[in-house]
Amino acid sequence: MRLSEVKEILSAQVLCGEDRMEEEVACACGSDFLSDVLAYVHEQNLLLTGMVNPQVIRTVEMTDIKCVVFVRGKRPGEDIIRMARERGIVVMASPERLYTACGLLYSKGLRGN
Amino acid sequence: MEPVRLSYPVEGGDFIQAGEASSKMKMTLKKLGLPADVIRKAAICMYEGEINMVIHANGGRADVEITMDQITLRMVDQGPGIPDVARAMEEGYSTAGPEVRSLGFGAGMGLPNMKRYSDELHIDTELGKGTTVIMKIKIG
Ligand SMILES: Nc1ncnc2c1ncn2[C@@H]1O[C@H](COP(=O)(O)OP(=O)(O)OP(=O)(O)O)[C@@H](O)[C@H]1O
Ligand SMILES: [Mg+2]
Repeated sequence: MRLSEVKEILSAQVLCGEDRMEEEVACACGSDFLSDVLAYVHEQNLLLTGMVNPQVIRTVEMTDIKCVVFVRGKRPGEDIIRMARERGIVVMASPERLYTACGLLYSKGLRGN
Repeated sequence: MEPVRLSYPVEGGDFIQAGEASSKMKMTLKKLGLPADVIRKAAICMYEGEINMVIHANGGRADVEITMDQITLRMVDQGPGIPDVARAMEEGYSTAGPEVRSLGFGAGMGLPNMKRYSDELHIDTELGKGTTVIMKIKIG
């Protein structure tokens, strides 16, 4: 699924990486527990989370995840966005709740692993 | 190739800086041109170990050695030690309090992840003295 589609399906705002909306993600994972995310890394390259702190960006960095979507209308601070930009990570914010956001993407064909 | 040795101090209780050592190591592994999956495994192992030292052991030190055929991670702390290692290795077992959980840690998945992504894992721990976790990741 193209990142531009993710953006549209989740009514998301792109906070960094606007120029990369043509890139594709193959699968996704949703969790507020970072070690949970670290447990299933293989091909997932989109993370949906309601957790907002610098360790989310670290987790994404370690696992080579391409894009993180903060759900429930949470807005990361400038420091977090800067960290993501430095590491080439796309960041979006969506008003949807975690369950709904995952369900919306899943129903449009973006699977887990 | 001569072995490459890296060493990083890890500050206890610093949630903003936590992960900095793993981040730096990952960059070095990339510069050395190692395969992406090897880098990812080593980065996750190191990051889980680093976070554990920050959360459970008031910091410590991470030493990394890279040779032709493997990466060795050695995480050393002078924390409280682990009373029951078998229990700590179980998925879902965690002694993390609410503050740690509110930051996204405490799923009890860190040590299981370190086992999952390393080819060898040794834990040497003594109550009141500290813990040393050694992980080896094979290259190729
Ligand atoms: N370096 C350490 N020093 C002392 N105790 C530790 C150390 N590492 C782990 N432990 C103990 O082992 C338990 C399990 O560790 P593990 O990393 O699997 O889970 P966690 O850190 O609690 O949660 P998560 O890693 O999922 O965020 C911890 O809750 C803690 O009690
Ligand atoms: Mg842990």
